[in-house]
Amino acid sequence: MPEIRVTPLGAGQDVGRSCILVSIGGKNVMLDCGMHMGFNDDRRFPDFSYITRNGRLTDFLDCVIISHFHLDHCGALPYFSEMVGYDGPIYMTHPTQAICPILLEDYRKIAVDKKGEANFFTSQMIKDCMKKVVAVHLHQTVQVDDELEIKAYYAGHVLGAAMFQIKVGSESVVYTGDYNMTPDRHLGAAWIDKCRPNLLITESTYATTIRDSKRCRERDFLKKVHEAVERGGKVLIPVFALGRAQELCILLETFWERMNLKAPIYFSTGLTEKANHYYKLFITWTNQKIRKTFVQRNMFEFKHIKAFDRAFADNPGPMVVFATPGMLHAGQSLQIFRKWAGNEKNMVIMPGYCVQGTVGHKILSGQRKLEMEGRQVLEVKMQVEYMSFSAHADAKGIMQLVGQAEPENVLLVHGEAKKMEFLKQKIEQEFRVSCYMPANGETVTLPTSPSIPVGISLGLLKREMAQGLLPDAKKPRLLHGTLIMKDSNFRLVSSEQALKELGLAEHQLRFTCRVHLHDPRKEQETAMRVYSHLKSVLKEHCVQHLPDGSVTVESILIQAAAHSEDPGTKVLLVSWTYQDEELGSHLTSLLKKGLPQAAS
Amino acid sequence: MKLYCLSGHPTLPCNVLKFKSTTIMLDCGLDMTSTLNFLPLPLVQSPRLSNLPGWSLKDGNAFLDKELKECSGHVFVDSVPEFCLPETELIDLSTVDVILISNYHCMMALPYITEHTGFTGTVYATEPTVQIGRLLMEELVNFIERVPKAQSASLWKNKDIQRLLPSPLKDAVEVSTWRRCYTMQEVNSALSKIQLVGYSQKIELFGAVQVTPLSSGYALGSSNWIIQSHYEKVSYVSGSSLLTTHPQPMDQASLKNSDVLVLTGLTQIPTANPDGMVGEFCSNLALTVRNGGNVLVPCYPSGVIYDLLECLYQYIDSAGLSNIPFYFISPVANSSLEFSQIFAEWLCHNKQTKVYLPEPPFPHAELIQTNKLKHYPSLHGDFSSDFRQPCVVFTGHPSLRFGDVVHFMELWGKSSLNTVIFTEPDFSYLEALAPYQPLAMKCIYCPIDTRLNFIQVSKLLKEVQPLHVVCPEQYTQPPPAQSHRMDLMIDCQPPAMSYRRAEVLALPFKRRYEKIEIMPELADSLVPMEIKPGISLATVSAVLHTKDNKHVLQPPPRPTQPTGGKKRKRASDDIPDCKVLKPLLSGSIPVEQFVQALEKHGFSDVKVEDTAKGHIVLLQEAETLIQIEEDSTHIICDNDEMLRVRLRDLVLKFLQKF
Repeated sequence: MPEIRVTPLGAGQDVGRSCILVSIGGKNVMLDCGMHMGFNDDRRFPDFSYITRNGRLTDFLDCVIISHFHLDHCGALPYFSEMVGYDGPIYMTHPTQAICPILLEDYRKIAVDKKGEANFFTSQMIKDCMKKVVAVHLHQTVQVDDELEIKAYYAGHVLGAAMFQIKVGSESVVYTGDYNMTPDRHLGAAWIDKCRPNLLITESTYATTIRDSKRCRERDFLKKVHEAVERGGKVLIPVFALGRAQELCILLETFWERMNLKAPIYFSTGLTEKANHYYKLFITWTNQKIRKTFVQRNMFEFKHIKAFDRAFADNPGPMVVFATPGMLHAGQSLQIFRKWAGNEKNMVIMPGYCVQGTVGHKILSGQRKLEMEGRQVLEVKMQVEYMSFSAHADAKGIMQLVGQAEPENVLLVHGEAKKMEFLKQKIEQEFRVSCYMPANGETVTLPTSPSIPVGISLGLLKREMAQGLLPDAKKPRLLHGTLIMKDSNFRLVSSEQALKELGLAEHQLRFTCRVHLHDPRKEQETAMRVYSHLKSVLKEHCVQHLPDGSVTVESILIQAAAHSEDPGTKVLLVSWTYQDEELGSHLTSLLKKGLPQAAS
Repeated sequence: MKLYCLSGHPTLPCNVLKFKSTTIMLDCGLDMTSTLNFLPLPLVQSPRLSNLPGWSLKDGNAFLDKELKECSGHVFVDSVPEFCLPETELIDLSTVDVILISNYHCMMALPYITEHTGFTGTVYATEPTVQIGRLLMEELVNFIERVPKAQSASLWKNKDIQRLLPSPLKDAVEVSTWRRCYTMQEVNSALSKIQLVGYSQKIELFGAVQVTPLSSGYALGSSNWIIQSHYEKVSYVSGSSLLTTHPQPMDQASLKNSDVLVLTGLTQIPTANPDGMVGEFCSNLALTVRNGGNVLVPCYPSGVIYDLLECLYQYIDSAGLSNIPFYFISPVANSSLEFSQIFAEWLCHNKQTKVYLPEPPFPHAELIQTNKLKHYPSLHGDFSSDFRQPCVVFTGHPSLRFGDVVHFMELWGKSSLNTVIFTEPDFSYLEALAPYQPLAMKCIYCPIDTRLNFIQVSKLLKEVQPLHVVCPEQYTQPPPAQSHRMDLMIDCQPPAMSYRRAEVLALPFKRRYEKIEIMPELADSLVPMEIKPGISLATVSAVLHTKDNKHVLQPPPRPTQPTGGKKRKRASDDIPDCKVLKPLLSGSIPVEQFVQALEKHGFSDVKVEDTAKGHIVLLQEAETLIQIEEDSTHIICDNDEMLRVRLRDLVLKFLQKF
């Protein structure tokens, strides 16, 4: 029995180190290869020994697909391909291919240079790993091999984010990666056609949340920033270089423009400037409005937002600074935070999710006294705000996508177990499909029953179709043919053609039954009576009386002869071929009952 | 399967393919060479053009002198320029289901088709094709609409009058169907019918046919198309290039195994080498400018201009041209330059790599930044104040009949210091120049056409091996001007089928198979038997379901048990509801074994008689006779169904069913 098997190596009932193994139609595909932000030990990468204990990665996997450039989806890639060892193809979209190595390099630097980790992947490994990447276009059908094909759909989540359809024959799986069902200021909404996969693997970060309108959140955000600036405070917005940073920049830029505000907005790090450049060059991946107006005005060329210099932090007066990284765990954002934390006029806005252990997580959970290195205690007097701007689909969005794709089964990953449980029930109720939520290392097996494509000879098909397009449901017509199987080539042809192709002669099997009939009349008259009787009974058949005196019903021949001994008895010879057996035997039993008495 | 040929222009094709149940238009080219018969539209009133003498017949009859003007022995129509449309009468265009566009030059007739023929289908094209195509249309409409011309000549089109006119007017075809340019409103409406597609995207048409665009290497987003069902494949090759310029390289491998390959859009200048032409372009440009002259380059706002700017970028400093201003004048100049930078995914590998850095893929960004290249929507406005000479001007239209180029021809034509360099191959440069004669300025002809030449075509055909090639008739013979060059034509086996405008070709297809799906439950019930080594057979009796052009075989319904009804059944109720088809039989019956089998099953008194062709087996007790021959068996018995069935089953044991 063919089946689809799914085993999450990461992101099973968890957020982080997304990595899902899918076996479909005898092919093995790995979806994403991420790292976990919350761990610094072995657990930060997926457990590839699940595969390697049985052999090499390259032998087992037919391909790897990366959905987008966030490190929890691609952070383990150089480790996987260069240190564990994988030489097969890695598929991702063009923007992901462009941006992914930069984030990997950034990640490597923090891990090795700042935290002093040994045995980490090197810059060269990132380069070698990227050489194995094959870029895909949206909607392009990529033939991985003769049987396995993949196709990318727009996912909206970040620049270049994609959902992937994986297809072998008539079986298919769709993996969403991270996606967003509502367009925002710079990206469009995720979209997929009614592709009816056997299985939809979807993220479920916001499985239980139904977010208020984005407009409200934006207004709230702008109001808070505006108030802080008005009272002369400094606003720190810790962000990751790519993604939400651009969204918030566009938001503030248009607000500053409209309100004619003068307070400076700064962007830290060179990486972000570079990042904006990517957005300019990959503008075809942004939303329709930005694409339409980019010639007149490129939304990623900011007028009010300028590059930040370390010295600016001490400038008097209000300002807004976007600084990396987003969870306040290191780098420039943390430095600025330490400088500004003591002043209650200032404000820090956390626009995204923070992993446990980071300064960002601590202040969000209400801690106001932080122990910094060197036993210093930092007292946080500044205002702390949290505002979710992550571009994930909420519960409504997830349901919407399930509705769009019409899968036979759904499997949840990239979310918390409790919340998944809730969504699982909702999906099962609303769509009447099975929903799964395996933990890491747990395998879900779905039996499938793919139909078998064969070639039917046009002659046979047309013969059938010519007999009427819509057969009566109560009386279905049967198509009869012979399936010739030669290697993997399956052809359905008429039996006559099959015989001919194989050089075989037909063997005719014919029956002739004698039916004795009491009838003193002449043979011709008997035949005539048989004819009128059959004609009246068999309304749906073609009954004919031939000039030589015989009667035919379709291809069945009936002849009347005199009985050699009894002149009062006539013998009906009913003759038919094996192919007409049903009708032939029916006729004989009918004639056996005798003929109705002639009216005259 | 038929091909309706609506355009006679080999590089601006428009064909309609009827394939299975679909009607597919392949490209929508607009033949603009018709405009060469018209007088140029000057932006500023030109005394020279308005004072040209009217033309009169040999007998002195001057009734056409309002419509026709004479310039240096050539006669021109003094009217709004008109274009030669694809044939609209050959086939009812409202029946066209989809239009496939291969590149932005081949969609210029789209508004005529989608807006005026009752077309209700979908147009498919790649994103760069649509965006740049829009720019080309916008420019065209702008060029024509901004110089309103009151006069629209029509007298000369009268058939009896046309044949009195001098060449080439006399020989112009289908003049009665020539049309004026469309409006921007029609352009927008036409473009709104386009659905964007990506390379290698499989697009299903009504479940019957699948179409797929492939990179053709000629221009940004340019495509060839595969039109296929499960058993037939047509490749449509239009405007392809194997040279490494800026677009993604051509996908040749996917064209393999075609039943028919329709080949259009080959190079129009098969004898010129594009690389050599670019070199000549640069050196002529430098020479003119050094001597204090100006250079005029009539061009389209997208395409080869990107490559020319890139060459100049590398050439400027070494040639000492750093201080010479380069102007690019077109209503869509800015858009074209901007758009070229955002299609990273459609570019060649080198340029893609640049975007990953991230840097703009084309160096003209730097030329603009350093103020070496300036662009303007028209020569009015900012341009007039910035204008410095000597300079190099890129502007349209390459036909020299409308656009800012007309002004520069009038302005610079009188001085031999200046040079006009023709790079676009679409128009004969001598005809283009005719209404400007006599001309003092130098004319250089460096046509750059990167499309396939005949050597490349023959290599390509050897590589992809289509069963049949279909192409415009022009490709099956050497060009008229070089009739001895037998190498300048398509050479393939079997010889290419050629078409001309308004012709209908029956494509040599023999469709023999169609895809059908066998449902798993049915597949499970099949019993294959091996007939020959490697070949197995299974007889199939199933119910055929056809929906949306997809065929599915489902298991036959289980025979319903007769429910004990109250009414007595009438005789006709016994007639089988569905005609259960019996398989065909094959094989032969070995008499001895058959007799043994009979005896084993309780028949005694079995007698065998030999006949000419076989045997007769007699069962005397049962008054039954069985004739056995090589290819037939005939059972003759009394009306005893039990007996008949027993005998039948015995016979069937020796035979194979099909």
